Amino acid sequence: MKKVRFVEHITPDVTTDIVYMMCPMHLLKLDEMMGKLKSGQILELLTDYDGALEDIPAWCENTGNEFIGVDEADDYFKFYIRKTGS
Amino acid sequence: MECYFDHVATTPLRPEVLNAMMPYFREEFGNPLSIYPLGTTAREAVESAREQVAALINAKNAEIIFTSSGAEANNFALRGIAFARQHEGKHIIVTRMEHHSILNSARFLEKMGFTATYLPPDKYGLIDPEAVKKAIIDETILISVIDASPEVGTIEPIREIAAIARERNITLHTDAVASVGNIPVDVKELGVDLLSMSAHQFNGPKGAGALYLREGQRIIPLIFGGIQEGGRRAGTENVSAIVGMGRAAEISKAELPLRVENIRQLRDRLIKDIMKIEDVHFTGHPEKRLPGHASFCVEYIEGEGMLLMLAAKGIYVASGSACTSKALKSSPVLLSMGIPTHVAHGSVVFTLGADNTEEQIEYALEEFPRIIKRLRELSPFAKGWGDMEEGGTCIPKK
Repeated sequence: MKKVRFVEHITPDVTTDIVYMMCPMHLLKLDEMMGKLKSGQILELLTDYDGALEDIPAWCENTGNEFIGVDEADDYFKFYIRKTGS
Repeated sequence: MECYFDHVATTPLRPEVLNAMMPYFREEFGNPLSIYPLGTTAREAVESAREQVAALINAKNAEIIFTSSGAEANNFALRGIAFARQHEGKHIIVTRMEHHSILNSARFLEKMGFTATYLPPDKYGLIDPEAVKKAIIDETILISVIDASPEVGTIEPIREIAAIARERNITLHTDAVASVGNIPVDVKELGVDLLSMSAHQFNGPKGAGALYLREGQRIIPLIFGGIQEGGRRAGTENVSAIVGMGRAAEISKAELPLRVENIRQLRDRLIKDIMKIEDVHFTGHPEKRLPGHASFCVEYIEGEGMLLMLAAKGIYVASGSACTSKALKSSPVLLSMGIPTHVAHGSVVFTLGADNTEEQIEYALEEFPRIIKRLRELSPFAKGWGDMEEGGTCIPKK
């Protein structure tokens, strides 16, 4: 399992809310949204699926995007990913 | 002559709709999730239908979730929102005008630990926005009010209720199964967060419905599984039915203004002449009502007998909700409007569609009074309601 990095006060360029959506929506939405972002922009992805804690850092490593970290809200996670490359 | 006046039960499938659907039963049988051409063709067809349905109610494509029916959309809305927002409160508000798919979902939620308020309508079937306002408590998370009643045709003041809900950060759902495709429905103008609709109410196929879910609104799926409908409603798409719903939505949007006017004229003629019959009461609101909807209570006779005799003459109408008819119960909607049980039993509902003609109306107007006369001759209440009236007093026939 990749090490989860906790962060606070990240300002995203785009937010996508998939709270209550089950696996594998976190990866599909992530892929879709990153396709829309410009290089250097930050995506905030809101999900309550705890499998994302493992999947999203791994997805970032596989695709070469930067996993900035995760922040915890009351009952969901906020993932921050910076798009690298084009 | 055959006259189908039960468009609130269902509407005939338009030939153009069937033609659009046919390839997806035959050569274009692919699964929309498959990545080869058969799959991508099916996927494109579903997305094109989504665009057509979204256009009918002025929604964004991503705000449309296809379901199997209006009832599923209603169940999804109530349970999906109630469970998604239960950490904020566990009180919901519905009305006595609702379909069983709303009322029974509310009852289910009560069993799950929620509390529900059931708002009564006035004598026209109208829900007072002020009553909605008064029913709101700090725990209220969801309000569901029907857009138009299939039983009495009354159109509810959704816009006013939406303003109240928005002010208190309460999610508002409307069951628009009877109204979408029959009157202009614009989700942005109404200000609702969720809206249910059904294809077979506007000349589309059965087995296709949709839930409008405003962008940004969280919901818990009713059906878990795959990634269909953005992970919000699992199950391989009923592609042909969805394509049919899309085509029916497109036709409806194009033809609605003219169709509404024609149907309204036929309906007004029907109402005017039926109201000349003695001891017949009009139900629902006289102006704020669906254009093809004419509903009455005929005193001193029983509705099912009236329906059967009309059917024998080729005139097909309803006595209220289908469920009520099968269970031989008085309509809870009519009772909630203050209509006594024995009068509610004489309920008859004519709902007109684009295929009805003036000749059919004239034929119905010839036959209907004769049938009422015959049934009243046979009725044990021919001389009045007797001790059926409240208090047991003998009320003679007027």
